Amino acid sequence: MSGADDTMTEPDAPSIIEVSPDDARRVQTPTEPRAESGHKADKLLTVRNLSTHFFTPDGVVQAVDDVSFELGYGETLGLVGESGCGKSVTALSIARLVPNPPGRIVAGEVIFDGIDVLKMNDDEMRHLRGKEIGFIFQDPLTSLNPTLTIGYQIAESIRQHMGLSSAAAKDRVAELLGKVGIPRAKDRLNDYPHQFSGGMRQRVMIAIALACDPKLILADEPTTALDVTIQAQILELIERLSDEFHTAVLMITHDLGIAAGMCDRVNVMYAGRIVETATVDELFERPRMPYAWGLLDSLPRLDDVRGDRLRTIEGLPPLLIQPPDACRFEPRCRFARDICREDEPELTQRGDSHYARCWATQPDGWIP
Amino acid sequence: MISYLARRILWIIPVLFAVSIITFFLMHAVPGGPWDAEKRLPANVQARLNAQYGLDKPLYEQYIQWAGGFVTGDLGPSYRSRDRRVNDIIGDGIAVTFQLGIMAFALSVVVGIPLGIFAALGHNRWPDYLSTSISIIGIATPSFVLAILLIVVFSIGLGWFPTGGWKGPQYWVLPTVALAGFPIAVIARYTRASMLEVTRKDYIRTAQSKGIGGRAVVSRHMIRNALIPVVTILGPTLAFLVTGSFIIETIFSVPGIGRFYVSAISQRDYSLLMAMTILYAFTVAFLNVVVDVLYAYIDPRIRYS
Amino acid sequence: MTTSAASAQQAAVRERPSTGLWRDAWGRLLKNRLAILGLFLVITLIFLGVFGPLLAPYPYSQQDLKAVLAGGHGPLPPGSPGHILGTDQLGRDLLSRLLDGARISVSVAFVVQVVIILIGVPIGALAGWFGGRTDNFLMRFTDIIYAFPDLLFIILLSVAFRETVFGQALDGLLLVFVAIGITSWVTVARLVRGQMLALKETEFVEAARAIGVSDRKIVTRHLLPNGMGPIIVAITLGIPAAILAEATLAYIGIGVQPPRASWGSLIAEGQKFIRSEPHLVTFPAIAIALALIGFTFLGDGLRDALDPKLKGKQ
Repeated sequence: MSGADDTMTEPDAPSIIEVSPDDARRVQTPTEPRAESGHKADKLLTVRNLSTHFFTPDGVVQAVDDVSFELGYGETLGLVGESGCGKSVTALSIARLVPNPPGRIVAGEVIFDGIDVLKMNDDEMRHLRGKEIGFIFQDPLTSLNPTLTIGYQIAESIRQHMGLSSAAAKDRVAELLGKVGIPRAKDRLNDYPHQFSGGMRQRVMIAIALACDPKLILADEPTTALDVTIQAQILELIERLSDEFHTAVLMITHDLGIAAGMCDRVNVMYAGRIVETATVDELFERPRMPYAWGLLDSLPRLDDVRGDRLRTIEGLPPLLIQPPDACRFEPRCRFARDICREDEPELTQRGDSHYARCWATQPDGWIP
Repeated sequence: MISYLARRILWIIPVLFAVSIITFFLMHAVPGGPWDAEKRLPANVQARLNAQYGLDKPLYEQYIQWAGGFVTGDLGPSYRSRDRRVNDIIGDGIAVTFQLGIMAFALSVVVGIPLGIFAALGHNRWPDYLSTSISIIGIATPSFVLAILLIVVFSIGLGWFPTGGWKGPQYWVLPTVALAGFPIAVIARYTRASMLEVTRKDYIRTAQSKGIGGRAVVSRHMIRNALIPVVTILGPTLAFLVTGSFIIETIFSVPGIGRFYVSAISQRDYSLLMAMTILYAFTVAFLNVVVDVLYAYIDPRIRYS
Repeated sequence: MTTSAASAQQAAVRERPSTGLWRDAWGRLLKNRLAILGLFLVITLIFLGVFGPLLAPYPYSQQDLKAVLAGGHGPLPPGSPGHILGTDQLGRDLLSRLLDGARISVSVAFVVQVVIILIGVPIGALAGWFGGRTDNFLMRFTDIIYAFPDLLFIILLSVAFRETVFGQALDGLLLVFVAIGITSWVTVARLVRGQMLALKETEFVEAARAIGVSDRKIVTRHLLPNGMGPIIVAITLGIPAAILAEATLAYIGIGVQPPRASWGSLIAEGQKFIRSEPHLVTFPAIAIALALIGFTFLGDGLRDALDPKLKGKQ
């Protein structure tokens, strides 16, 4: 499954001209049947058996390992997990923004709006990025070019994809800035990123993401770098705008609280794999995987007693080089038994569209 | 910004003042006098010459006398060519030195920066290896060695260029290349490193996520950001060109002022030495101010208050 | 799969090993091929510099006039009997003189840096630590030194004190070292000052102060070790500049006194014969090139290895 070849290049600057020249195994797929209301497919995004590996001098890191999920039009899906579990790489893989070298999509398919993304050529990809898919990155300070005005950076994708004149683009930029809640938008078009506060910068990023009215927003930890007080505002903004424009959102976060507030469904990722997937309500009421329990348990609660220790999940996530055929969470799991060390569990159904990857919580397992 | 500029330029004056004092006293710490090189002069002739030039006075008086003259634009008499004033000597050569310096600087930038960009864009492929090899040769070869090499190959060997003098454009080529060799290498290496760093930046990923094509990403987003750190080494580069020019002028017999420096010291030509040192120091200091202004112009985050 | 094999394989899914800053850096350095080459060249140079005179076939000033006259009055070419690299016009063995040059270059490299450290580190540390008027005053002082066109100043110093006892020490080398050092310490001072300013405000300094650790201890035990990285890099990368300066000075006849054989003076002596006996110029030029390349690659490698931004990146 690794698909490594002999010519491993050093982990290095990403190739500048072409982001992800992908020579992965391409699997033929029949296009989904056209659905109603102008949508070209049944689901906006279908990810099947996606695997993205990083070829480093220390070995092949299987950052994303056989991940599959679906996202409906206008739906908000959460991708939750701790640092290093592969959630960001998954998002980058969808838009083929994984730096290559050293990363490469080695298997699987990504169907966006009925079209196979992994088979697209450069022009189609450039149309996809920015026009159909918008990105919100984690750190707005480093994600904005410090030597270009924010007006220019927002207008860049508008002019690229929508062919507006620069005057018309300017109007649209001012309108977008107003929508994301930046006061006196018209005066601030010629300001530089460093002249804005952190929260304002993230609003600019959101404006960039929404500029061309995309069908999908990939939000990679959009509030992690912000003050707590600003976090709520930004999340509320994302939610409001995605509702208003019927935009689907893939919300990547390590914070279950955020997922609870914003998402319809949640995928929990661990060590490059999806280990549980359910609606938000299902997940919080009946989690079926010890990792999910640990995550939920570690959230501070209002009725916690001051002075108690915070509850953590002991241990560290595993290195993703040559993972064994066993449950990856086993070393940190209180409920593990022999079978967990010998064989990796599959995602099995636990309820209505609720799947989990755990031997213990299966119907024939040892935890009811 | 204007007040910052004014402050910087005004600050040059006390610095030059300090430089002149240090140079003056160091200069007089060198034993011997301006008359030693000549045929042995009888003592009374020497004494008369000393009195005539004021060399018998206490040092601080001599300094004041010099400083007074300097401020009014009179650089003093030359001690080695006693029928000439320093103003004339410098006036003759300065245009040439200036021209050589500008040409070498232009060559360094025009070759060095694109070479570095070229290397970074072709990272780990042949453009990188080629450019890095050129840079390595540049930093490993002292300017005088490069000068000798160029003369042997292109002048004596191939006969394309003359070995010395400054009588026309073909005389300009070898000295300029010899002087620019090291700066080209340094600028290319710096530019390459800076471009590679910029490539890893998050805002490049953002640009790509907007669907901007490769070429536009490079030109609009990368180059300007990459050049910002490069501007910071232009100052030392200019300093190098200013101070290193005298070796090249000596080797290629270029009629500038640089070739006088060493002989001015050994012949104890005090006025010429003072004038040249102040001139060089001023040039370097002034150019550093220009570079800082350029830096602020390129990087919108810098705003001098 | 048996449980023991499975556990062994499970153990292979190990936790990330943690290493210290220096171990990390050393590991990264060793993976850098150019840096290894640089390290090799530097070690070779140091070895030759230290043991050169013991290894040299002849003393560097010994003249073999008989052989020169027998060979036709000019320098002997490489491969001549008894002289692998040839001789100059006075019959002095080139290999032996190159080794003397190696000794000189190694001395330049290290003595100059010692001078730079002795001057630059205290000044930078004081300026950074006390800030305010001390900082202002010291920085103005560095401005003046920095404004001096360095090569010119070195020449002035060298010529000024050439006849003194100090100037004659070590065949004129001590004067050159000190002169080069005096003009080059500004960069290190600024670096140290910058590190000091940055680290002064960090929390662990506050913590140390809160416990009552004295100022001096804070500086020497906590701040300096952490700020060492860029300073080490600057010092390593400053060595090529020093070697270059000494070679240039020697070329124009300043600094080391004959019959000692700095590579620069070898080139000056040999250039008369460039067309007939180019070995007198090419071998010293190659020696200079290798020394400069070695320290530059090593310095680059150290800089990349110690770069804190690379820590933890895949």
